Amino acid sequence: MDAHAHHRDLGHDHVTPLSAYFGIFGALMALTAITVGVAWVDLGSLNILVALGVAIVKATLVVLYFMHLKYSSKLTWIVVGAGVFWLFILLAMLMGDYATRGWMPTPPIV
Amino acid sequence: MSDAVLSHGAHAPASKRLQHHFDTMAQQKEAVTLGMWVFLVTEIMFFGGMFAAYLLYRMWYYDGFVAASRELDLVLGGINTVVLIGSSLTVALSVHAAQTGKQKQIVNYLVLTGILGLVFLVIKYFEYSSKFDLHAAHHGASMIRLFPGAGIFDVTGDLAPIASEMRIFMIIYFAMTGMHAVHMIIGIGILAVILWMARKGEFTPQWYAPVEIFGLYWHFVDIVWIFLFPLLYLVNRHG
Repeated sequence: MDAHAHHRDLGHDHVTPLSAYFGIFGALMALTAITVGVAWVDLGSLNILVALGVAIVKATLVVLYFMHLKYSSKLTWIVVGAGVFWLFILLAMLMGDYATRGWMPTPPIV
Repeated sequence: MSDAVLSHGAHAPASKRLQHHFDTMAQQKEAVTLGMWVFLVTEIMFFGGMFAAYLLYRMWYYDGFVAASRELDLVLGGINTVVLIGSSLTVALSVHAAQTGKQKQIVNYLVLTGILGLVFLVIKYFEYSSKFDLHAAHHGASMIRLFPGAGIFDVTGDLAPIASEMRIFMIIYFAMTGMHAVHMIIGIGILAVILWMARKGEFTPQWYAPVEIFGLYWHFVDIVWIFLFPLLYLVNRHG
C-alpha cells in the first residue's frame, strides 16, 4: 500500500492494459446481443428485470474499467456509491408508493 | 511531497501543471477526478428522474408502451448502441495513449471518437425525422408539432384504444433521447477543445487530466444510452 501510494505521488497512475479495454468492449458487445435476444423471449414480468440486470452489468463494467473506478480512491467510491444509492431511494420510494396505493381503503370524506 | 516531485528529474515538466493549492500531482488528480464524479452524480439524478417517470408510466400503460416501442427502429437503435460503445472504447484508448505518452494516438483516437459521436447523431436525426414525417402525414404539414409523438399513431386502427398511451411513450422517448443527444452535442464540443490541446502536444503521462475527465463524461453519456436502448427499443418484442 505504501509503495503504491508513493508510486501515485510521483504522478504515475494505474495504466490499464490494452487487452483489458478490448476484453471489456467484447463483453459489452456480447451483453448487448444478449439483451436484444432476450427481448424476443416471453419471460412475462421478468423481461424488464433481465433487461435492467444486463444494463446494470454493462454500466458496472464501464464504470469500473473504462472510467477507472476500480483504481480510484475510496473517497471516489463513496461518492459514486452515494449517487447510486440516492437513485435507488428515488426509484424504491416511487415504486413502493405505487405498489401499496390499493392496500388501504380511501377514507370517507366527512 | 512537492519536493519529491520536483527533485525527480523525469517529472520536472509536471511541476508547471501543478496548481499552487495542491501539494502533489497525485493529490491534484484525485481532486479533479472527485470533482467530475460529483458532477456526474448530479447527472445521475437528472436522468434518474426521467427513468423514474418511464418506469411508472410503463406499469400504468404497459400495452401502449409495448405497441409504441415496436414502432421504433430496432436496427438503427442497435447500430447506435454499437457505435456509442465503440466510441467509449476509443476514448478509453485515447486516455491510455495519454498515459503512455503516445501523442499521435491521443489525437487519432479522439478524432475517431468524434466521428463515432457524429455517426450516432446522424442516425438519431434520421430516426427522429422519420417519426416527424409520420406525424406530418397524419396531421398535414401545417400542424404545429409541439409534441412530435402526439399524432404519430393512426387512432382509427387496432391501436385506437391505446393511442393516448402510445403518445405518452413517444413523449418520454423524445424527452429522454433528446436530453441524451444534447449531452452528446455538448460532449462533441468539449472533445473539440481537448483535441485542439492534444494537437498542440499539451498532454504528458504526468498531466492528462482533461483527457481523463472528458472520458468520464463521455462514458457517462454512454451508460445513459446503455439503459435507454433496452428500455425504449426492447420493451416487449415477442408475440
